[in-house]
Amino acid sequence: MKQLVILGAGTAGTMMAQHLAQHLDPQDWRLLLVDRDDEHHYQPGYIFTPFGLYDRADIIKPRRQFVPRGAELVLGEIEAVEPAQNRVRLQDGRTLPYDFLVIASGCSIAPQQTEGLAGAGWRKNIFDFYTLDGSLALRDALAKFQGGRLVINITEMPIKCPVAPLEFAFLADTFFLQRGIRHKVEIIYATPLPGAFTKPRAAKELGDLLARKNIKVEAEFAIGRVEGDKNQIVSWDERAIPFDLLVSIPTNMGAAFVERSGLGDELNFIPTDKHTLRSKKHENIFVLGDATDLPSSKAGSVAHFQAEILTENLLAAIAGRPLEATFDGHANCFVETGGGKALLIDFNYDVEPLPGVFPLPGLGPMHLLRETRLNHWGKLMFKWIYWNMLLKARPLPFIPVHMSMAGKQV
Amino acid sequence: MPNKTIGAFTIEVDDEGFMLDHTQWNRDIATAIAQQEGIATLTDRHLLVVDFMRKEFIEKGTGPSIRRLTKESGVETKELYALFPGGPAKKAAKIAGIKKPAGCI
Repeated sequence: MKQLVILGAGTAGTMMAQHLAQHLDPQDWRLLLVDRDDEHHYQPGYIFTPFGLYDRADIIKPRRQFVPRGAELVLGEIEAVEPAQNRVRLQDGRTLPYDFLVIASGCSIAPQQTEGLAGAGWRKNIFDFYTLDGSLALRDALAKFQGGRLVINITEMPIKCPVAPLEFAFLADTFFLQRGIRHKVEIIYATPLPGAFTKPRAAKELGDLLARKNIKVEAEFAIGRVEGDKNQIVSWDERAIPFDLLVSIPTNMGAAFVERSGLGDELNFIPTDKHTLRSKKHENIFVLGDATDLPSSKAGSVAHFQAEILTENLLAAIAGRPLEATFDGHANCFVETGGGKALLIDFNYDVEPLPGVFPLPGLGPMHLLRETRLNHWGKLMFKWIYWNMLLKARPLPFIPVHMSMAGKQV
Repeated sequence: MPNKTIGAFTIEVDDEGFMLDHTQWNRDIATAIAQQEGIATLTDRHLLVVDFMRKEFIEKGTGPSIRRLTKESGVETKELYALFPGGPAKKAAKIAGIKKPAGCI
């Protein structure tokens, strides 16, 4: 009996298990899915939680509900992968040998990487929305906020869902407008990048969006420390931004066991071939989703496209054939812009987000890189699609694995 | 995309002068770009940073953040800003012949 182990039963790992359960013969293969707990979080919902639109019940379902027949869920904290022995060691002493390993352990925030960020103000007037607890705490703080300076700060790239901070700024604008206190709130968006929009076409189409919503951008702001006593963030070149409420997107890092296993870079992301998704170090280890060091976006749609590619390549590797499927960096994301509207973007390693229609050329019905109500409904409907189609690895109608230029304006 | 003649070289650049093909890069081009950016000579310290950025970009497809640049290259942040006045992430990327720091949109 051979064994295939998947580390992480989040979006990427669950989809991978679904694909593999359809292809691996249970007579020959045991398929294990490992995670620390039985809570699957709908992470795209974290963006709506602070504004009271989603609650805990919208976000959490049991992981085992999405484990396919033919796969087993193993609950336990991973101590380390031991590639030389082809096995995974759990903290409770169990070891899981593998013939092939898929690492889909994602990434999470590491506020302690920035001086002063995880200090006395954390969850008092400094919040994150990249965890459920953080977004719920932020909801309570926003409900009480009567006015002042709201600062949204990206600590450093790469981060999960790179558009989320911008969406947060837009949704905060709408939230305060609806509460009738927008005129008492200053919204500042501080980013280490050269601007809120860094791709030429997006900048051209959407460049005035922030000014129109009176959101101030502090560009090339690389945070050095948080000064909790003065309620300000200070950049490495000593620019200070005072805040009443700080919404931070802390450094994102891969899982701690990656470091303990000597498999990652300095942020615990795993060096991965950007096309085949095989680990650069080990022939029988593959990496999927946010755990990779790829220049693609860390997002569920990316993991969805990758999972299809990886399924082909894993089956090829098992059969001793060359890996022929190549991932193109495809991502497809709805971006909330507030006021009941959203954008849709579709791009890959080589093609930036372009305007046009999606998914059907000439018909749409979605518009790319343009604010529409339909895109917003698409984003809301995505929760249903996520639980009922995406996690079950059902193909999404009209959305190909490789990005298509059809419908796009070049 | 525009071509730009810099010193004795013709290179492809984007609208802001960032090289489109990092394989066209060499030290002489780096020196010429640096001079246009107001850095008269590239010292060993400049080159340490530039080489580190190129290595990261070629390995990962993106340049490092300021925090990682400091932590991994061994050049202190204060010195980094002194070496590349006005913002090391962007300026050092330009001199290193790699793409400017960007998000997905």
